[in-house]
Amino acid sequence: MSVSACPACDAMPLALAIAEKAAAEPARLILSLPNVHCAACIGSIEAGLVAVPGVVSARVNLTLKRASIEAASGISAERLVAALARLGHEAHELDPAALSSTATDRQGRDLLMRLAVAGFAMMNVTLLSVAVWSGAGDSARALFHWISAAIALPTIAFSGQPFFRSAWASLRAGKLGMDVPISLAILLATAISLSETIQGGAYAWFDAAVTLTFFLLAGRYLDHRTRSAARSAAAVLSALEVPRALKITPAGMQTVAVADLRPGDSVLVRPGGRMPVDGVVTHGQSELDRAILTGETNPVFAGPGSLVSAGETNLTGPLTLRVTHAGRDSSLHRMADLVAVAEAARGRYPALADRAARIYVPVVHLMSFGAFAVWLAATGDARLALNIAAAVLIITCPCALGLAVPAVVTAASGRLFRRGLLIKHGTALERLATADTVVFDKTGTLTLGLPEVMDLKTLDRSALAVALALAEGSGHPLAQALAVAIHAAGVRPAAVTAIAEVPGAGVAGQWQGAPVRLGRADWVGAVAGEWTATWLRIGAAAPVAFVFEDRLRPGAAAAVAGLRALGLRVMLMSGDAEGPVAALAERLGISDYAARLSPLEKAARIAALAAAGHRVLMVGDGLNDTAALAAAQVSIAPASALDAARAAADIVLLGTDLAPVADAVRVARVAVRRMRQNFAISITYNVIAVPFALLGLATPLMSAVAMSLSSICVSLNAMRMK
Amino acid sequence: MDILLWLIPISLILGLLGLGAFIWAWRDRQYDDPSGDAARILLPDFDEHPKP
Repeated sequence: MSVSACPACDAMPLALAIAEKAAAEPARLILSLPNVHCAACIGSIEAGLVAVPGVVSARVNLTLKRASIEAASGISAERLVAALARLGHEAHELDPAALSSTATDRQGRDLLMRLAVAGFAMMNVTLLSVAVWSGAGDSARALFHWISAAIALPTIAFSGQPFFRSAWASLRAGKLGMDVPISLAILLATAISLSETIQGGAYAWFDAAVTLTFFLLAGRYLDHRTRSAARSAAAVLSALEVPRALKITPAGMQTVAVADLRPGDSVLVRPGGRMPVDGVVTHGQSELDRAILTGETNPVFAGPGSLVSAGETNLTGPLTLRVTHAGRDSSLHRMADLVAVAEAARGRYPALADRAARIYVPVVHLMSFGAFAVWLAATGDARLALNIAAAVLIITCPCALGLAVPAVVTAASGRLFRRGLLIKHGTALERLATADTVVFDKTGTLTLGLPEVMDLKTLDRSALAVALALAEGSGHPLAQALAVAIHAAGVRPAAVTAIAEVPGAGVAGQWQGAPVRLGRADWVGAVAGEWTATWLRIGAAAPVAFVFEDRLRPGAAAAVAGLRALGLRVMLMSGDAEGPVAALAERLGISDYAARLSPLEKAARIAALAAAGHRVLMVGDGLNDTAALAAAQVSIAPASALDAARAAADIVLLGTDLAPVADAVRVARVAVRRMRQNFAISITYNVIAVPFALLGLATPLMSAVAMSLSSICVSLNAMRMK
Repeated sequence: MDILLWLIPISLILGLLGLGAFIWAWRDRQYDDPSGDAARILLPDFDEHPKP
């Protein structure tokens, strides 16, 4: 091969070929289809998607309400969403990276496989055991025991692994978890049965070992499924926010992923858009809504040189930013550390099942060992003593205990999910049930973050008509809210000419020869108060204010009243100014409130409440609540909250209505009562059966009946959940 | 009782067949979209090679 004189000439076709290949490589897009429900929808959506040029294939998943699409890399999700909108289907783009929950998925499949094998073995071994119980002759019994052993041994080696592994892990950590007696009972039962089978003994406990494995795996699987359902629904919420930004390059505007931005890049943020990064404004003027970061409802001015943080919303004019911190370094992502701290603190909460195990496990082990020692001393027969010790362990094995909590949590979570609440954490219900104090955030939680004009009556109709004409010339949320309110009052817009919007300031125009202005206080020559307001100035007259308040979230009053009826103390903590907070507190009848709190002050106040012995439920949505959500014993965030706040919360509220919060506390209390009842049921069975086992009267038939009955009772009790 | 020598292996094989069928269906992702599969049977167009 000759050496080329022009390496670039050789490299060029190669680079082109690579670029071509990249273009030809199909990209995978995922769309969320919230309203798809029928066979006709599937047909029309798939046909509509494939009709878009460049789409290779499309498949709708009706269970998940999603469509996955393979398309040439040039196809953008917006085009597909638009194509579906023309067909009358609502669609949203999902971020495939945020949906890759493969690890938990694999764990669920693994558990189900082990459950299926255990179920198969249980049916067959029990069938053989029925023959033995009904009195098979010596040779038939030996044969059946051998066949049972052949089925049970590989099953236990395969299906029992989750218990053995976790028992080993807890032993190495120097603790006695529930899995230690479980593993011991399964292994001891199997070993004793095998030795009895070899010696031709009367009793073999293979059916007990396999049934135990099956029931406990069922509990484990229920537990896993409840949590993975909540986790995948939470992942959909995150995936709905596809992080994109408009990057300004020498070649022009380019849409890039936020993760690809570097400090020093320039990005354009259009009005209505959220800041993708932390940065400094280089061009443009606008107003920023910081409510989600600080709880302030009053928009702040932004011009060249202003610092902006990721998560703020740009209101009026386009802004060009120079990126200072992007991706993992941005202020939004620094919250991830706080969330990790919170998760660690949650892990320290002793779950009801663990507390029960701490008492139960030593008692069971002592009893079994005591039975062995006493029988050995009394009869000198090691085989008999070992058999009795194994019978005690099998009879007392927490089969129903393993189901007691997962069955209730599954029933309660399913019920709360139908009311629009996602339970993300395993012990969240237990922690919620004990809460005695509720702390609400204001902006975005008790309110919707939508401004509403408080009073129009103080102004005459001609001034309102001018205000309406000016307000209609702006896309600013305050101006739009004002326009809607004046329209509703039956006023027609005045003939204002030369209307022009000044980004970051307001709207100006000419009316009857005089200049008119609607906008920020400092721009029209007024002094800003602490209330959110926009000001109108006509000619040289004194400016007048339109004061706004935040619209109450539906169900907020019902939630506060409901929580109070359940005996909880309700408090309000906000980062907003005193006036709006006091007004809202009065409207909802909350006497405990605090305003102008920084995020750390919120967290500190919650920590102080916890130190004083209160169990705090925190309900909040903003970045300023994240630390507080993490510090509280249990926390709820609405779906509209920031990703960081949703991640920090134990429970996510899916709808806009706040009323289910009170319901959640009630259901959680009922759930914990059911869990305690379930423990009582399974312990009652033990109390009845243990004397038989200790006296050496227990038979495999008895243990099979006791085990199944107690498991069924516990499951039925859990399903009574109303 | 000689019949047992036939019946026990047969019952075990049938049970294993059921287990095998379940594992195959699971691996084949047939449980991924149960409500979609129930609806698709009503679609008029015949799909000979459905994509996973």
